[in-house]
Amino acid sequence: MDNFKFDEATQKELSTFLEREQAQARINATVHTLTSMCWDKCVTSTPGSRFARGEESCLLNCVDRFLDTSLFIIKTIEGQRSQLQS
Amino acid sequence: MSDFFKSSSPSSSLPEMTAKKEAVMNGVRSEIALASAQELINKTNEKCFAKCVTKPGSALSSSEETCLSRCLERYMEAFNMISKTYTARLSREREQRQLAQI
Repeated sequence: MDNFKFDEATQKELSTFLEREQAQARINATVHTLTSMCWDKCVTSTPGSRFARGEESCLLNCVDRFLDTSLFIIKTIEGQRSQLQS
Repeated sequence: MSDFFKSSSPSSSLPEMTAKKEAVMNGVRSEIALASAQELINKTNEKCFAKCVTKPGSALSSSEETCLSRCLERYMEAFNMISKTYTARLSREREQRQLAQI
């Protein structure tokens, strides 16, 4: 940072790189949150050498249903708002 | 990390610049990987302690240790499963949005 300067093309390349890495990091952070949440909801037995019946499908469904919930809530609130406005 | 940005000469050659660029990129990559690994370690510690060490004794028992190592494996498995499902969902929605634009 002191007296070293990247040329314009390299600066551009680095900023594209950073944006991409940040987007990936955001996805990764969401995966951490989802894993924690779905683990609490789905894994109820004492951990064995494999998941108990139902735990695996619960984990797989958990992600999609959470995102569906989020979409549903947004839709419901938007519906209520447009009712109020009309 | 700030070492990456320092340089001895103000005007640098192309190979030097490429090397510095690579160093910055690798630094960013490894910091992100480290942060993610730390998050995973903290989470497994919390979750597996809650599941396996229900009544803390004077030392970890062998059954608690077995439970902990299985719990660790299962948590990693869950993380990978959820990562796959989430990325699949994201790309599915991206496709739908692209189709809607046409």
